[in-house]
Amino acid sequence: MKSLEELKAIREKMQGQVGLRKEDETTTRVVVGMATCGIASGARPVLNAFVEGVAAKGLNDKVVVTQTGCIGLCQYEPIVEIMEPGKEKVTYIKMTPEKAVEVIDKHLVRGQIVAEYTFK
Amino acid sequence: MYRSHVLVCGGTGCTSSGSQAIIEKLNFEIAKNGLDKEVQVVKTGCFGLCALGPIMIVYPEGTFYSMVKEADIEEIVSEHLVKGRVVSRLVYDETVTTEGVKSLQDTDFYRNQKRIALRNCGVINPENIEEYIGTGGYEALGKALTEMTPEQVIDTILASGLRGRGGAGFPTGRKWQMARNFVQDGGQKYVCCNADEGDPGAFMDRSVLEGDPHVVLEAMAIAGYAIGASQGYIYVRAEYPIAVKRLEIAINQAHEYGLLGKDIFGTGFDFDIGLRLGAGAFVCGEETALMTSIEGNRGEPRPRPPFPAVKGLFERPTILNNVETYANVPRIILNGAEWFAEMGTEKSKGTKVFALGGKINNTGLVEVPMGTTLRTIIEEIGGGIPNGKKFKAAQTGGPSGGCISAENLDVPIDYDNLIAIGSMMGSGGLIVMDEDNCMVDIAKFFLQFTVDESCGKCTPCRIGTRRLLEMLDKVTKGKATLEDLDRIEKLCYYIKDNSLCGLGQTAPNPVLSTLRYFKDEYIAHVVDKKCPAGVCKDLLKYEIDKEKCIGCGMCARQCPANAISKTDYVAPGKKLPALAIDPDKCVKCGACMEKCKFSAISKK
Repeated sequence: MKSLEELKAIREKMQGQVGLRKEDETTTRVVVGMATCGIASGARPVLNAFVEGVAAKGLNDKVVVTQTGCIGLCQYEPIVEIMEPGKEKVTYIKMTPEKAVEVIDKHLVRGQIVAEYTFK
Repeated sequence: MYRSHVLVCGGTGCTSSGSQAIIEKLNFEIAKNGLDKEVQVVKTGCFGLCALGPIMIVYPEGTFYSMVKEADIEEIVSEHLVKGRVVSRLVYDETVTTEGVKSLQDTDFYRNQKRIALRNCGVINPENIEEYIGTGGYEALGKALTEMTPEQVIDTILASGLRGRGGAGFPTGRKWQMARNFVQDGGQKYVCCNADEGDPGAFMDRSVLEGDPHVVLEAMAIAGYAIGASQGYIYVRAEYPIAVKRLEIAINQAHEYGLLGKDIFGTGFDFDIGLRLGAGAFVCGEETALMTSIEGNRGEPRPRPPFPAVKGLFERPTILNNVETYANVPRIILNGAEWFAEMGTEKSKGTKVFALGGKINNTGLVEVPMGTTLRTIIEEIGGGIPNGKKFKAAQTGGPSGGCISAENLDVPIDYDNLIAIGSMMGSGGLIVMDEDNCMVDIAKFFLQFTVDESCGKCTPCRIGTRRLLEMLDKVTKGKATLEDLDRIEKLCYYIKDNSLCGLGQTAPNPVLSTLRYFKDEYIAHVVDKKCPAGVCKDLLKYEIDKEKCIGCGMCARQCPANAISKTDYVAPGKKLPALAIDPDKCVKCGACMEKCKFSAISKK
């Protein structure tokens, strides 16, 4: 390494990784239901799509993707809940990796809830 | 890109309670469940809560598992990592509330802490330089080299009010200034790191080296730039094998990344660091003895002045700072002197790490702002004293320090206050004692340590401490007189005034401070021939209450010295004759008292 720029590049690359390990009340939480029902209906690819999508959009500072047990609406799995600080929880149902990309783009980046995928 | 990180403590405490096997099992189970692309296992440094080890924390949820066993791993992986269900029986009790699991930062242990020196311990993988860089590592070095002059670096450290964390509390900036200015002949200067942590009960330096080794390397490079040195040495105890290994890895990685070596950041600044292993002599923690040892000679102190800043290692200007001191430096450079000076008291800035040990529930490492009271540390962070016992005293500064009695529990802890109440900061060992500890015995314990560790070069220390120990021994055997107590005090001051180095000058402190606060205990030993805490064996007497004894003979069977025999007295309502202890044969092991089911045996 011969310059500060190279140091910065490594820092940015690693920040998303190390940043996962802080606890902060200002972050948005994306919670994927990962009980047996969720996994059986394909929650894992959805979870991974969120993890990768959030990193790709550079949202690691503001968004954490985590998992939880059975949310209780097994027929609507895979279920994803998005909790933004100070806002009401949004529940997306019957998610797929493709829908996840759309939700990241619209909801997490631009702040528009994708109403057609939500639980009514 | 991993969605979850499982951090497992790889510090010495958790390693000895089996964390390495846990890591292997975790990796195995994670692979078995096909999660190896999703979940990363990270071996970190010490979390500080050593009493609950092995410790494991799962992010991003921040679930804190304590006392994890290898057999629990399968369940943690299949429940928590696969299905997202927290294994609540293994979660640290303090984080469990009626509303669910609360954040670790909100528990009593962590809430009152402020982690600066320990900020990366238990957070990053110490064997991966990129993780350190990811938390802002080596940016302070970059800033110092490209934006600041050496004078500005020194001024920043001076203005921050940082004082040496090794014990004496000398202002770090002033030390650097002296090394920069006093000798300007363009020759070699040295930056040394004192990692020869020797106080019984202190282990913060080890934790920093194990958990965040790069912070020490970065700070030493900054110090090298400030004073104009191109070579550094870390003097670390060989008894710290994990710390030594991680330092070696860190130095190699820093070389690979060009953060040590020639022309760092293209600024023309060269700096390199060598490791020197100490053989564990306590005196080598003294600065002049440490340098003598690095030079390859027997580790003996030499008189000061000349101070190391003028004539140190290889007779060249040298600065020597402690590990914890260095751990503060990069943050000060990055955040500014004002940020650091805001924390702490008027003359002691920043935070201090304490190693909590002894009679305390949460044994471990805590970092608190200077000025925190002992009461907060012991009762809130430390979780109080086990078994509902009463606090008697806390020993700070190890064998060089003194004890703090209950009356001083609310004194804000900083360098100057501790000296005013007859103790010292020392390296930050904090040993808590309850009513079952005999203060004469404690003083004797620490003195025994200094007698063993005295290097023998000067007479007051070599012979003085030994005579002092003999006199204390007389006290604990009930053979001393009140005049002996005066003689003890006189000898203490003689040793303090005449010893060559800090080891001898501070060796009598435990005796002096226990004499100051617990004179009544000394007098009880001398006049009443009693040890109030029931520790000093020669003054103990075990007795059987003949009215309570049912004559079962359990105690007599336990006795290794055949000191218990039948009497001809049968207590009213009992069928067998009571037993009695022959005080001449009794070795005071206490085995009889432990076995008696009728509480008929007491010690006085």
